[in-house]
Amino acid sequence: MIGLERARRRWYPIAASTDLVARHVFHARLLGRELALWRADDGFANAWENRCLHRGVRLTIGINDGAELVCRYHGWRYANRTAECTYIPAHPADAPARTVCNTRYPLIERHGLLWCAETAGPSVTLPDIPDGFTLAMRPIPVAAPLAAVREALSELGPVHDGEPLPETIGEVLYLLQPADAARTVIRGLLRSRANRTTDQKADQTTDLAALLEHDERLERLRRRVETDPARRDDPVELQVAAPRVSAALAMPEARGEARAAPLRLAVAALERTADGTVLEVDLVPMPETTADEAPLPAAVPGAHIDLHLPNGLVRQYSLANAPGQTDRYRIGVLRKPDSTGGSSWLHERLRIGDVLAASVPRNGFALRRDATDTLLIAGGIGITALASMAMTLQRGGHAWRLCYLARSADRFALMDRLGPLGDKVEYLAGLTVQATQVAIARHLGAHRDARHVYLCGPTGLIDAGRKLAADLGWPDEAVHFEHFGNPAALDTAGGFQVQLARSGLSLRVPDGQTLLHALREHGVPMPSSCEQGACGTCRVTVLDGEPDHRDVCLNRAERARGDCLMSCVSRARSPSLTLDL
Amino acid sequence: MQAEPRVRLPDAAPFPVVNVPAVNASPSTADAGPARASSSVDPVARAYWHPLCALESLQRERALCTRLMGERVQVSLRRERCSVRAPDRDGIALPVVIRFGYVWTRPDGVDDPSSGLFELPEYDEPDRRNVHAATVGVRTSAPRAVENFLDMGHFPFVHTGVLGAEPHTEVREYEVALNEAGTEVLATQCRFHQPQAAAGASGGMLVDYVYRVPHPYCSVLYKSCPSDESRLDVIALFLQPVEQESVRAHALVSVIDTDSSDLAIRMFQQSIFAQDKPILENQRPVRLPLDPRAETPIRADRSAIVYRRWLSSLGLSYGCLPAPA
Repeated sequence: MIGLERARRRWYPIAASTDLVARHVFHARLLGRELALWRADDGFANAWENRCLHRGVRLTIGINDGAELVCRYHGWRYANRTAECTYIPAHPADAPARTVCNTRYPLIERHGLLWCAETAGPSVTLPDIPDGFTLAMRPIPVAAPLAAVREALSELGPVHDGEPLPETIGEVLYLLQPADAARTVIRGLLRSRANRTTDQKADQTTDLAALLEHDERLERLRRRVETDPARRDDPVELQVAAPRVSAALAMPEARGEARAAPLRLAVAALERTADGTVLEVDLVPMPETTADEAPLPAAVPGAHIDLHLPNGLVRQYSLANAPGQTDRYRIGVLRKPDSTGGSSWLHERLRIGDVLAASVPRNGFALRRDATDTLLIAGGIGITALASMAMTLQRGGHAWRLCYLARSADRFALMDRLGPLGDKVEYLAGLTVQATQVAIARHLGAHRDARHVYLCGPTGLIDAGRKLAADLGWPDEAVHFEHFGNPAALDTAGGFQVQLARSGLSLRVPDGQTLLHALREHGVPMPSSCEQGACGTCRVTVLDGEPDHRDVCLNRAERARGDCLMSCVSRARSPSLTLDL
Repeated sequence: MQAEPRVRLPDAAPFPVVNVPAVNASPSTADAGPARASSSVDPVARAYWHPLCALESLQRERALCTRLMGERVQVSLRRERCSVRAPDRDGIALPVVIRFGYVWTRPDGVDDPSSGLFELPEYDEPDRRNVHAATVGVRTSAPRAVENFLDMGHFPFVHTGVLGAEPHTEVREYEVALNEAGTEVLATQCRFHQPQAAAGASGGMLVDYVYRVPHPYCSVLYKSCPSDESRLDVIALFLQPVEQESVRAHALVSVIDTDSSDLAIRMFQQSIFAQDKPILENQRPVRLPLDPRAETPIRADRSAIVYRRWLSSLGLSYGCLPAPA
């Protein structure tokens, strides 16, 4: 047998395609490592370390909900393809840090088998099995080391154990899966007789008879190997090290670099609403920039990305992604008559196949899933973030409703996503200001324990919704909102002093400069996105001093507490601020 | 030979309590197995007192054979004296104390109940009902079982409809600290939403908890008492480290409750254990990793973070995977 280190770089079959039935999690073993295999509803097959990152509980006892794998112990959710953690129920108000990501192993589906390599390098390829080997035998687990099994098996036919295939292959090929030091699974492929003759039924009968005959032969071999008196003691089980994780708490989201755009996204589909004002764009990863098949970082509901447009502008777009969807991002772009060049550029110039640079998804508008009832109120293009929330709540079986207001009926967007949600969505078109307020008040009703409302849309709608909610007795912490932008112009008048508590740095923000840019100039890495005080990405904790809030992101209670500010727009009322940086 | 403490023997045979890995056998027929170099096994853990069984589960003239830290021990009750012997060490007698209704011994043979054991004053309050609720064998390490006992986040997912229910999954901030002497972890101001916190409660309510970890393998939980607002009910978990990766979990319930039958209290506690057991037996690694980079913590795990640091500082390793130096 080849050495363990080399074996870890080889492809071995670890399951049959048919083992990954819908909504099942399959337990596989390769070279001592336990793997959780599961197929999402989109057909993608995942091979992950069989441990939840949190407390090491096997994911094979978890729940495959079709798009995410959910741990049985604390309900942590992991996204299809990327294995990123998308939700931690113990802290429903926080998005998990992007670093919380399970270990994935390369998995290829071929010849009716799933092949895995622990560390697949580019130099090692799958064995080149000739066409026609389409019949997968029943796997035979043998309690013996691979070398002993191979020796016994070589009398029966050609064997693949990670090394290149033998040159001549007849009707059968045996494939060995080294599950552990003393556990080997014999898998095998038979050349099918299908379509060899004109009698299809007779060919099938011949195939079945051949499978049965090989199965019996392997079963006899298994008994012989396991009871062989000449066999020495089995080696001890292989010791595998679990990948180490960050010692930092899993939340809140770790600080990223300033306006980094690591993703390259290609336009895969373009759709317009009936009146042409909303452009729906599907963005997929560029194949050549990503080596593996799990390319897009997972987006939690309410997340947005920065798109870097070729004309130099950076714009934020909320993602209308379904839970666990990581093969593409869906955005909606409203054509604005007063556009400063973002929406009009996308509407006029964007074509299928174009490539845009983008940030990873940021989560400033996190959805709590511990509400007894969730109300979503979308105005116009505000539907993108709320559509994602609606799909998430629907899949999770939560109580929710969506009220979607638009100027006219031909402006309703994302109908392919909202349609399946049925009558939980109320569509209201062309309402007057008064009628809009009546509709919102009707949906809000009096506040009851653990009800939450999410507002997204034009400033007027959000302000009206917040005021109505307050009048109806809703507490601030139950009212969540996200503005598209800040209607107020950026005002950088007046300088102030800033102390940084952690780094010990002291700096002055001069008249005419934002706090964010002053921090960056002094070498403090600061994330930002909208730079208008709307998205919450550049939030900083205030330890001392009185902030002068200029954002549209904090609620009244948060403003009154004065313990944080948005560094892109806010300044100081007191001569000096002390920040937790 | 150690002095054997006097105990009061119950007149009638006690009600049956499930004792999973333990079997009753006469001490004279038990053969002496190979002596183990047990003194080399974690001297820190061996200097604590460990529970072996509930006193009420012992029967007159019949030894209870169980295991503690990898070696066999025999507990017997004769002439109203309880004794513990170690057949793997030529049958020497080990020290015994009877406390909280359980038989405890110290593997290092030091007969000093003032160290390596803790106080539980509530047990002696005259109006409390002290019920030995369960002894359950679990294929896990003792520290993993302690962490599970301290953990509130799993209530909605593992004890669904009893100790928690979705969507009330939030673990609120709480206080946790090691006491000044460094002998006990204390978590206070813990609150969790429970669907049926008390027999007479309608609808969900926030229940207050206080957790103590006064011993590396024991934890005590105080929770609001439904029948008396000024008092707290107590549930104590005493883990017997059978092997590195195997425990017997003994549960003591000490409540102000004149209504529930002993059977009802036992049934409740045993159904909770039955829900935890398959989770605990599917944790990998089985031993508790003390390396802070082995598992991803969240704020809700602050008690576990302090507990793991405390075990590291004690130098205790039995049932643990020590952090790399």
